[in-house]
Amino acid sequence: MSDTTTWGIVAEFESPAAIYHAAEKVTAHGYTKVDAHTPFPVHGMDKALRQPESGLGWIVVCCGFTGICLAQLMMWWMNAHDYVIWVSGKEPYAWPSTIPITFECMVLLSGFGAVFGMFGLNRLPRLHHPIFQHSTIHRVTDDRFFLSVEATDPKFDRQQTKNFLESIGGKHVEILED
Amino acid sequence: MTAPSLQQLAPTAAPKVKDGDLATAQMALFGVGAALVATAWLTGGKDFFASYLVGYMGTLGICLGALFFTMLQHITRAGWSVNVRRLAENIAAGLPLMLLLFVPILVGWKDIYHHWAHANHDAAGNAIVAGQAGFDAVLAGKSAWLNPTFFFVRVGIYFAIWIGLATYFRNQSLRQDESGDPAISLRLARVAAPGLLLFALSLTFAAFDWIMSIDPHWFSTIFGVTYFAGAYMVFCAYTVLLAKWLTRRGYLRGLITTEHYHDLGKFLWAFMVFWTYTNFSQYMLIWYANLPEETLWFKTRAEGGWGAIGTILVFGHFFIPFVFLLSRNVKRSSVGLSIGAVFLVVIHCIDMQFLILPSAREHVEHAPAAPHGSEGIAQAIESGLARFPSDLATYLHDVHWADFGCFAGLIAMLTGVALWNIRRTNLVPVRDPRLAESIHFQNF
Repeated sequence: MSDTTTWGIVAEFESPAAIYHAAEKVTAHGYTKVDAHTPFPVHGMDKALRQPESGLGWIVVCCGFTGICLAQLMMWWMNAHDYVIWVSGKEPYAWPSTIPITFECMVLLSGFGAVFGMFGLNRLPRLHHPIFQHSTIHRVTDDRFFLSVEATDPKFDRQQTKNFLESIGGKHVEILED
Repeated sequence: MTAPSLQQLAPTAAPKVKDGDLATAQMALFGVGAALVATAWLTGGKDFFASYLVGYMGTLGICLGALFFTMLQHITRAGWSVNVRRLAENIAAGLPLMLLLFVPILVGWKDIYHHWAHANHDAAGNAIVAGQAGFDAVLAGKSAWLNPTFFFVRVGIYFAIWIGLATYFRNQSLRQDESGDPAISLRLARVAAPGLLLFALSLTFAAFDWIMSIDPHWFSTIFGVTYFAGAYMVFCAYTVLLAKWLTRRGYLRGLITTEHYHDLGKFLWAFMVFWTYTNFSQYMLIWYANLPEETLWFKTRAEGGWGAIGTILVFGHFFIPFVFLLSRNVKRSSVGLSIGAVFLVVIHCIDMQFLILPSAREHVEHAPAAPHGSEGIAQAIESGLARFPSDLATYLHDVHWADFGCFAGLIAMLTGVALWNIRRTNLVPVRDPRLAESIHFQNF
């Protein structure tokens, strides 16, 4: 029963190079539910963690396209259908005059898609995360680098995973409860 | 204190082209290019000069884009682009060639700029003054700027600025190859600021002089920016293709990598979109205000088959490449990016035709088209969509092979000279302080 409440194991590393090589070793060893927590982006980390390509781009493209369609529909419905307005001799629906607003709506919805899509993919917002139980995690915004292996990983084993993370140079290797 | 050199960072990479290698390609490209232009001249007759200007402005854009790229990387102190910068410096070193290639325009300037070359003069050369029949008040008002003497003087001023900047930046960079002095990089970053200012002004006025003045009654303040956007785009496309070709010949391996192509692809895509942005800004304001002296330019480009080309540009210069090059995977794929680059080089040539030929060739007789004299510009464009097939047929009937041939020939000549310069220098700035950053550069 105790295993079901385990969230995962977190190890601390001292440099970008150390966590990069540790990540390579962890994924080479067959772990898949692995993540890195660093104060700044580390070049090549996605590859070392063997992360699949993010699906965020597709969310943004869909939102942008929705913005284009909604803007066109809105301007056609308001100016040329529901209450026809002739402005300075142009057609009620004149495509050149719709472009700036269509562009802005595309940008707006793409921006929303990027921000809220990222929130959704990261399951944000949340008030607490198990990783905050780690004793030195507060240094993640300053000068320490953390590697986590989650308990849902098929290869996860409390003792073996802990030993493995210690063997590749991890400090403060702690088992965290959910 | 000096930075690590190429030999320390990448001992296996060849710093220079092997002695004698690429010499055949260099001579062949220059020879074939010159032969193409000469054939165009022999077969083109009076229309040759407008065709030549199409190719010339397209090719000049590559050189000016290269000069802009060089200064931009210095002023932003960019690290990623160091390995690409020497190519740009050597392409910009083709500007003296472009000065030489300006001679045919000096020879044929009365044909190209026939709308103002004889402004307010009758056939016998006598001046027409205000009040007399045939007096053009607009051109009289512009004559302080648009007169032959000042026009030719400005050619000299523009080229003095461009050749001066290109030579200075290239020579300083070559000097750094010898000394490895990081102070040179700092100095170039400072010089790039006034350099870019001079560049922006000279390019804008050159676009006004050499393209916009073909239609001397018309004016658009954004015109220089639209030319610049297309020029920088075609430079990116050209550089991608040149670098890929050099890589196939065994050079720049491990120096210009997928990461650099990815970034050049981003630039290519961004300036393709920027071209659309500036052109649409120009179009929408003119369409909205609907002033005859402004809309006339678009009316000329809705007639004589050019309506089809306008439509092709909207799709070929925006929608199709926008979707095609949007994906990260396409920009990182050698075949995908090359296809996009070749496509956009051809489209750029069509863009130059659209800017230059309709006004320069107003004396050309077209097949009779459906009358649409009284309709507004928007209706002309909309009915233009329905007329697309017949417009395209008119364009294909009127277009001269030299309208593409001159561009191809001049690009080949420029590439020949660029190769000559590339063979004489190191392939990358071997002792640039940011060389290591460029070699190890990765996109996230």
